[in-house]
Amino acid sequence: MAEPIQAWLARATADAEARGLPALKPLLETLARSLQALRDADPEFGHPALSHLDDQRSPDDDHASR
Amino acid sequence: MTTRPGSLREAATLVEQKAISPVELTRACLDRIAAKNETLRAFITVMGEQALADAARAEKEIAKNRYRGPLHGIPVSVKDLVDIAGTPTTSGSAVPPRRPQHDATIISRLRSAGAIIVGKTNLHEFAYGTTSDETAFGTVRNPYDHSRSAGGSSAGAAVAIVEEMCYASVGTDTGGSIRIPAAACGITGLKPTHGEIPVDGVVPLSTTFDHVGPMARTVSDTALLYQGLREAEATWSGLPVEAEGPLWLGVPTPYFFDKLDGDVARLFNAARDGLTAAGHSMSDVSIAHVERTPDVYLAVMLAEASWYHAPLLRDHADKYSPGVRLRLEMGRYVLAEDYLRGMQGRAALIRSVDRALEGLDALLLPALAIPAPPLGATTVEVGGRTEPVRATMLRLTQLFNVTGHPAIAIPCGRGTDGLPRAIQLVGHRGGTERLLEVATAVERQMIGGAGSVGGGTG
Repeated sequence: MAEPIQAWLARATADAEARGLPALKPLLETLARSLQALRDADPEFGHPALSHLDDQRSPDDDHASR
Repeated sequence: MTTRPGSLREAATLVEQKAISPVELTRACLDRIAAKNETLRAFITVMGEQALADAARAEKEIAKNRYRGPLHGIPVSVKDLVDIAGTPTTSGSAVPPRRPQHDATIISRLRSAGAIIVGKTNLHEFAYGTTSDETAFGTVRNPYDHSRSAGGSSAGAAVAIVEEMCYASVGTDTGGSIRIPAAACGITGLKPTHGEIPVDGVVPLSTTFDHVGPMARTVSDTALLYQGLREAEATWSGLPVEAEGPLWLGVPTPYFFDKLDGDVARLFNAARDGLTAAGHSMSDVSIAHVERTPDVYLAVMLAEASWYHAPLLRDHADKYSPGVRLRLEMGRYVLAEDYLRGMQGRAALIRSVDRALEGLDALLLPALAIPAPPLGATTVEVGGRTEPVRATMLRLTQLFNVTGHPAIAIPCGRGTDGLPRAIQLVGHRGGTERLLEVATAVERQMIGGAGSVGGGTG
């Protein structure tokens, strides 16, 4: 998985400031919210690895429940 | 020229009948540019000498009965994002321009059809905005109120049509950049199906979402330019026939109706009621995941725009407008993983819009949620809430850039503020011609009717 969005935002903001672009901060904060929403939508958009995980989890879960 | 033709279609008929001269038409357009451009800033480059020479050549050909079709001898303009050999492609920027040696494919097609290119139109810098007040060539002003934006990014194209500086314009649309200025200025603008019209020789913004398309006064005028852009050797299958029988139109709710200016809603409802009264059927439809559209759009568009501009930013960062530069810099922080997540979302949204269109002729919705905003405004009041201008202007159009479905903006009247409002029709992928047939039927029913730039009064 990508790094958590707060860590991404901190790193991006620090880099922007180091490059003399402090005005980027509010834009990056908006982008962070948007990217977090996109990440949260992985199940909704059918991220292929989620079904992979489901395939692996189900038998174990079934076994454990017996 | 005693009476100036009011539409491309009318001008084409008169040219074919040799009742009007392409040189006269071109001179009239150049006169309008000379009179109005200083104030409105529709054009960046006026190609007067070349245009008059091309018009004289067209006139001779037509006199010898070598008429090529409806664009022959017709003055048109091209957004200054498109390469024309020997003319700088400024993209509306102070960044040094491209100096192309070759015409873009669409320019070759226009020349082959005999169109007269009168000049290159102004735009929001690098097509990266919706208000066209970030341009190195002077803010484009709305013809209905000079204190208002003409939309964007293809604002100069829209203004040129309203002000009779040409009969049709070539625009580009990555999030709504044809349909937004068309709606703000009361003309018609078509974004065809993605990939239908070649984009080589066009400065990209986001290759996944970029479209080239026509803008004109009416649906039939728009269709004529569309034919000229689409085919290497246009066959001129003729004007779109009006769709027969009752149409089945889907109104996508909610999302698209959540944040609307009062007059946009009122005039949309009037158009919908008029269509229903004329015997067409309406049903509400939902588009799954639609609320994710801005997130999908941003992840893909920001990254692609920043990729193209990386070398230019390295050498010329100080020459960009501050706002455009910041948006480009923002895209450099999008991770590859999030870009691909956006592409996955895009695939899901394509399926959603395909499903919403099942059994329907088209979707019907407003084209622009607000009237043309005041120049310089960054926020706007919508329904008692303060909203960002840019996101609000993109809200109703960007989904169909994400999915590639063809979409057309058509004027539906003017608000109490005197500013135009517009509806939007969305067709099936690969069905641009059918969409034009539907649009022809809808335009005829519309308040203000066909050929009424500004859409009459609401």
